[in-house]
Amino acid sequence: MDMMRSIGTLTRADLAETINRKMGFSRTESLALVETILERMCHALSEGENVKISGFGSFVLRDKKERIGRNPKTGIEVPITPRRVMTFRASQKLKDRIAQTG
Amino acid sequence: MIRSELLQEMAEAHPQMRPEEIEQVVDIFFEEIGARLAEGGRVELRGFGAFSTRPRDARTGRNPRTGQAVDVPAKRVPYFKPGKEMRDRLKVV
Repeated sequence: MDMMRSIGTLTRADLAETINRKMGFSRTESLALVETILERMCHALSEGENVKISGFGSFVLRDKKERIGRNPKTGIEVPITPRRVMTFRASQKLKDRIAQTG
Repeated sequence: MIRSELLQEMAEAHPQMRPEEIEQVVDIFFEEIGARLAEGGRVELRGFGAFSTRPRDARTGRNPRTGQAVDVPAKRVPYFKPGKEMRDRLKVV
């Protein structure tokens, strides 16, 4: 889509690799650490708690009321059940860092 | 949950590690994600979600205090899309 895509995608394995290299923990341990970070954040969010990481950003929960939607194919109206959604608000620091990419 | 609470829970899950080590690991984690986004790349964490950046066109903004027009240059902004597993876990019961 845009040329920026050519820079590869960072995954759990890459994060574990960096932890392994910088901290000297085994690959298995490093991967377990990455998994715990994600699992604890997931857990807090699933309990209805926002997650705020200073210098990075906040994961904010929002409750949506029920509304009427439409099946785009058939045009039939269907109720969209009330739900909780999660949004990410980057910190000013992260925004500034990314804005400079141009 | 704030950063210090995350560190606390990490320490409980990994009792063999020193608090300073846990702190460094958490710093590396968020630092690496930020660095990749700053390079224009993408971060995909299956189950949790994906971070990427999106372009914003240059526009003429206004100083809300003075009303004066200011040129806001084109830039990239961070974007996050929660993963399916994450969305399902948020479901209100």
